[in-house]
Amino acid sequence: MNAIYDHVGMETLICKGLNKEYEPGKYALRSVSLSIPASGIFALIGRNGAGKTTLVRILATQLMPTSGSATIDGMDVVRDADRLRESIACVPQEARLIGWLTPRQLVMSYLYWRGFGKAEADDRGMAALRKLGIERFANTLGRALSGGIKRKVLVAAVMASEARVLFLDEPTTGLDPISRAELWGTLQKLKKDHFIFLTTHYLEEAERLADTIGILDNGRLMAMGTLEELRGMVRYPYSIKILSKTGVEKPKHGELIVGADGQKQIVTTEDEANRISTKLIRAGVRLSMSPLSLDDIFYYVVRKPIEAGDNNDEEESW
Amino acid sequence: MRRNLGSRVMASVLVNAVYTMINYPIVLVSTILAPFSLLIVIAFVSHGALLPVAVGGAFIMTMISSGTSMQQDLSHLKNDFKLQDMVVSSPTGAAVYFLGMSISEIVYSLPVIAVLVVLASIYVHASAVGYLMLAAVLAIMFTFSVALGFVLSTISTDIVQSWAFAGIVSTVISALPPIYYPITYIPMPFQYLAYLSPATYAAEIMQEVVGAGIVIFSGTTLTIDWVVIIAVTAAMLAIAVKKARWRDP
Repeated sequence: MNAIYDHVGMETLICKGLNKEYEPGKYALRSVSLSIPASGIFALIGRNGAGKTTLVRILATQLMPTSGSATIDGMDVVRDADRLRESIACVPQEARLIGWLTPRQLVMSYLYWRGFGKAEADDRGMAALRKLGIERFANTLGRALSGGIKRKVLVAAVMASEARVLFLDEPTTGLDPISRAELWGTLQKLKKDHFIFLTTHYLEEAERLADTIGILDNGRLMAMGTLEELRGMVRYPYSIKILSKTGVEKPKHGELIVGADGQKQIVTTEDEANRISTKLIRAGVRLSMSPLSLDDIFYYVVRKPIEAGDNNDEEESW
Repeated sequence: MRRNLGSRVMASVLVNAVYTMINYPIVLVSTILAPFSLLIVIAFVSHGALLPVAVGGAFIMTMISSGTSMQQDLSHLKNDFKLQDMVVSSPTGAAVYFLGMSISEIVYSLPVIAVLVVLASIYVHASAVGYLMLAAVLAIMFTFSVALGFVLSTISTDIVQSWAFAGIVSTVISALPPIYYPITYIPMPFQYLAYLSPATYAAEIMQEVVGAGIVIFSGTTLTIDWVVIIAVTAAMLAIAVKKARWRDP
């Protein structure tokens, strides 16, 4: 899917036919095109190996695209990289706090790399650590800190910088639920004057935080839009996930979807969902039924609906 | 737009040297001891006769070790901590980062350099020109070794490869050549092997300066020595510039 929206202001992120081919025939990105306002939070979701990190690294000027182009605030990520780097900052997916540095030392050093003097770096660094609630660990060596705090220190470093555009590649991976919720709160405050491009495995995170969501699968941008726009793609407002290994009948109104792992999902109308789930429960089938969530949309987008006539031999009466 | 070059260079020096030494003081002991192992052996075995040469050799060894450390440090920060990626997406460019990291290696070596300076002031006697020549040789060897370290760091993809490169460099560039003793102590035909390392040429110049007549090299030999170390260093710098890969391809 090539999602082109009509945003013509300067604060935009535009990708046109972006490709990344690591080896001949081995594509990490395939003709990714998008245009979004570079404000608020954009969440890119996708499975492992979908190409999320590759896209982040290209946009954050760390990796050359094979072909295509991308601009942020009108600056090309290849041609204008030096100028663009003044206004972007990135926390890579596998970035770690160095064990022999304290959070204060790491954050200040990062700000020195961005050209800040000592006094300003110290002020901004400590303010960022305070905002993330980890000020009390400022002078503790990294090796003595938990994984969650280490992750927050890296986010604090880019937060403290002057960068308006922040790339956070899976920033909450490894955080406990409370720390994750705290970081979400911080990101929600940050988005008022920043553009945050984040990737995540946690669909709930994208649902809670993002103004715009992109779904990447196998290097292709499969869908993009606000949560409401994505919901609109599915046409049906209810989802039933079949948890038991059993055959199911296709709904009269709706679609039956099956993934590579064999899990089945039905998206349908509310009445039909009630009818089917009642029938399935009576037949002893384990299931979960809910209004359509991002989780359901994600499964819907990356799995293909079963066409009429497919998979008939799997179906049983229930 | 901030252009505080000093801050940007300082960041690398802090992360790679100063904070390490402050937070882990044991590294100071390790750094100081490293070049002394062979120096002490040579001094004892020669009953002190080769002490000036060994002290000069320890200086060269320290400069070469800086390059070895450079490649390990660059690889470590890039591959294990992804710190270099964070710097790439910042206003600091490759040249400034490389400069800062190079200076950090010298800062890291300052304690041992200080001890060697004290030893040199006691055991090494050379003219002012001789000291200048020695300083030039050390500067050239440092430039060569950090350029080599940078090139190797662009090739290594993880810490295991990095350790392997460090071991190879250490053997070929610093252990094989006669840095702590005159080349005449190496039997033929192994002397030819020693000449494969640029450190041998640097050591000859150093031994001429500090050797106090223990070894005497002809003017032609010394000229060749200078030409070789300058040419090899220039070539290594050219390769480093060509190999410089700030953004992954």
